Amino acid sequence: MASLKDLRGRINSVKSTRKITAAMKMVAASKLRRAQSAAEAARPYAQRMEGMLMRLAANVAGRPGQPRLLAGNGRDQVHLIVPITADRGLAGAFNSSIGRQTRVLVRRLLAEGKTVKILPVGRKGRDFLRREFSDVQGDLLLGGRQGIPFTQAQEAAQQIMELFDRGDFDVATLLYNQFRSVISQVPTEVQLIPLPVPEQKDEAPAGPKAQYEFEPDEETILSRLLPQNLAIQIYRAMLESNAGFYGAQMTSMDNATRNAGDMINRLTLNYNRTRQANITRELIEIISGAEAL
Amino acid sequence: MPIQLEIVSPTRLLLTRDVDMVVMPAYEGDLAAMPQHAPMITLLRGGVISIYQGSNITDRFFVDGGFAEIMPDRCTILADAAVPVGELNLAGSQARLKAAEERWVEVDKMDNAARDLALDQLQSAREAVRVASG
Repeated sequence: MASLKDLRGRINSVKSTRKITAAMKMVAASKLRRAQSAAEAARPYAQRMEGMLMRLAANVAGRPGQPRLLAGNGRDQVHLIVPITADRGLAGAFNSSIGRQTRVLVRRLLAEGKTVKILPVGRKGRDFLRREFSDVQGDLLLGGRQGIPFTQAQEAAQQIMELFDRGDFDVATLLYNQFRSVISQVPTEVQLIPLPVPEQKDEAPAGPKAQYEFEPDEETILSRLLPQNLAIQIYRAMLESNAGFYGAQMTSMDNATRNAGDMINRLTLNYNRTRQANITRELIEIISGAEAL
Repeated sequence: MPIQLEIVSPTRLLLTRDVDMVVMPAYEGDLAAMPQHAPMITLLRGGVISIYQGSNITDRFFVDGGFAEIMPDRCTILADAAVPVGELNLAGSQARLKAAEERWVEVDKMDNAARDLALDQLQSAREAVRVASG
């Protein structure tokens, strides 16, 4: 049986652990709020851009010589997977669920006889994917404590486009945790290249389809819009993932704090029992000593 | 009848409002969007967007470039970055101009897309310095 001193020591150490997890929870909560509003603020641009792109794509559909970012390069042999994780851990299953999803995807593609390359974003993902897969293409770190600047997404897009231009891959897929709520992040796949153009829905019953004028022309606009769209898709995924990370961290730190509390209660109970047992034992010793006289 | 204007940058929705007219720096010259304008999608140069109520300018934004979609009843501007003209900072714009000039020297002049992009960035930075210095 542990001595009283040991128990006191353990109670104190669990108490300081609880202080740390409680503080981390508070920090995550305040960062979550900021990350969440950043993710929401980025949505309008992404939505408008998607709409504009769809109308443009519908206009050039069926023409020869479409931009390769839109139509792909006609093959789908080499796949590039871009999993987005966080730079730091202590967020429950946040990073490992992306890892699991990546593994599932890689196995499926390999089973179809494709070649798979991986470009991880975020330190955690880089570390565990490096260990597991040989074909990891460099990496991108998120870094930055003050949120995620758009330039970071642009750099990532630039790197992906360079790889594509060199013919290093045919199809690119983004994998990230989508922020549903504080307690739920859903691993999501988004195909980046070639861009999946949804079938034009007849959403606007307002007369005939609008005939657009273009300045300077469709091809030039698309050649600017597509890289920007790529950057936006990545930016959005980074922001969602960032918000999800703080959500996951908050939840897991909340759990850790609660567990630490439970443990303190158990240890305190144990401590008091041991203390009472000691007192009882001493009393018995004194009484039996007195009776013997 | 007003036209519904939206200015969005990648980081946030800057403005959404009904206005009488908006003049923007389109790719081949300034362009005014008014109600009943023909549907149009255009690239933007770097320059100033002026928002009109009646015949008065109510707001001016500087954009680095971007895209605009004009419909008879609305106008959506997707700016790469946009700031109210009063908040444009001269030192920052000059630094950007310098970076753009360096990029222009380095760029492969045989690559059409890259050359045009660098040239547009250079012009946009020049315009920013011009606007910022008053």
